[in-house]
Amino acid sequence: MEFTRRETLAVGAAAAMVVTIPMPAMASKADALIEEFTGGADVADGGVDLDAPEIAENGNTVPIEVGAEGAEAIMVLAAGNPEPPVATFRFGPLAGAHRAKTRIRLAGTQDVIAVAKMADGSYAKAAKTVKVTIGGCGG
Amino acid sequence: MAQGVRPRVKVPRKAEAGEIITIKTLISHKMESGQRKDSDGNVIPRSIIHRFTCDFNGQNVVDFKMEPAISTNPYFEFEATVPESGEFKFTWHDDDGSVYETAKKIEVA
Amino acid sequence: MKTRTLTAVAAMLLAPGFAMADPDDDTLVVNGEIEMVTKTEAPDHMSDTYVDTIMSGWHFRSDETQSLQMDDFDNSGMVFVDIGRDQWNTAEGGEGKSCASCHGTPEESMEGVRATYPKWDAEADEVQTLAMQVNDCRKSRMDAEPYGYTSGEMANIEALIAVQSRGMPVNVAIDGPVSETWERGKELYYTRTGQLELSCANCHEDNYGNMIRADHLSQGQINGFPVYRLKNAKLNTVHARFKGCVRDTRAETYKPGSPEFVALELYVASRGNGLSVEGPSVRN
Repeated sequence: MEFTRRETLAVGAAAAMVVTIPMPAMASKADALIEEFTGGADVADGGVDLDAPEIAENGNTVPIEVGAEGAEAIMVLAAGNPEPPVATFRFGPLAGAHRAKTRIRLAGTQDVIAVAKMADGSYAKAAKTVKVTIGGCGG
Repeated sequence: MAQGVRPRVKVPRKAEAGEIITIKTLISHKMESGQRKDSDGNVIPRSIIHRFTCDFNGQNVVDFKMEPAISTNPYFEFEATVPESGEFKFTWHDDDGSVYETAKKIEVA
Repeated sequence: MKTRTLTAVAAMLLAPGFAMADPDDDTLVVNGEIEMVTKTEAPDHMSDTYVDTIMSGWHFRSDETQSLQMDDFDNSGMVFVDIGRDQWNTAEGGEGKSCASCHGTPEESMEGVRATYPKWDAEADEVQTLAMQVNDCRKSRMDAEPYGYTSGEMANIEALIAVQSRGMPVNVAIDGPVSETWERGKELYYTRTGQLELSCANCHEDNYGNMIRADHLSQGQINGFPVYRLKNAKLNTVHARFKGCVRDTRAETYKPGSPEFVALELYVASRGNGLSVEGPSVRN
């Protein structure tokens, strides 16, 4: 593959755009959802376990696990999806632990965010970046 | 009712009183996200299961709100406390108004 | 320049920090019970290749994907085994019969069956795949409409039958009356197709373990079919996968159920002689 100087610049610029441009838009949509969930209360970092693969073999089915001791509810967002909401897990009186596993769709490499509402009314969150690979074979 | 919907749940048959057990559930469902287009370029309308609940003898274990980002054939794993012998009831709510239910008994020795 | 440049952008974005290579050495035990042979000595007929160890596609997947096959409840393919069982027990067609009318439960009658297909059918005077046998029953015994060759219904029934043989070694015959078909399948395996001029062997014999863009190339074994793929979240049949592969070489593909794909299935299955039947397996 050969490139002229102009093409190389174009490639670099295009790559930079792909990486940077969608970020603000993504952040604001997810932020608004978090604001709605918490009613604007402060959100502490930590105190929420979020397990997701570093690299997902396919974005269509990505296993995740969330948990927060003493949480009433945990909201999960995929910040980079066209529609960020994923699920809200509410735990009743007979929940044996405040954790759950499921499988989710990720439209591309992005941050998965979990926000927990604790029984005392406080909020905590965790985030994890999941790289989503693009397969070589459509099959 | 969406086609080919079939729930599947895994609950131990027996437990000690007060024991915490792991429950796994899966239901076959397309979970059409509303983001896809057909070959003519028309958006395929959203059609998902949007809520899943598990109750034991009338008390709630979990209540999950589900969005289109939940994968096809939704899978959940969670934990429940078993205070006495009884029945777990599992309920899935479809966008089209259908409700899918299944139940599993558990015996406390 | 457009396509080239976009490809280059993709390459720049994907390149860093991704260097998975050889298949791993993990062990596949399903439900803590069924020990699978996922690596073993290549069968004698492969002595003219430089593949001395045959490996299940399971070894080429990430830990997360691998774990989905280690428990029948994490394996989403198993819900289709349940649906397949409903089909098995449903009477259809002019004869008012179900699979169960002749075969009882699949546990009673189908143990070991998956492991030996495709195989010679003397009555039909041809090599038959499991799917052909299912449709043969539907037509001649049930007087029912045959399933689409790669349909969901067919995949469900195949999964129900395969699961009765899990852990048993694949053992398809390659000599006797099937030898001609097997030779034809072998020829197809090594024939380059499409604008990319790729044969099955170019990827799955010469390059297994290497990356093709972000995909980790396996040996293309079919001992795990039908396969629940994370990509399309459904069971996929062997011939649907063959079609996808051949299409990816940018060729006009053979049709599922065609004599070419039947021959290819026999040959590819024989390259897995000795691996455990895994169906329904889970792949990306």
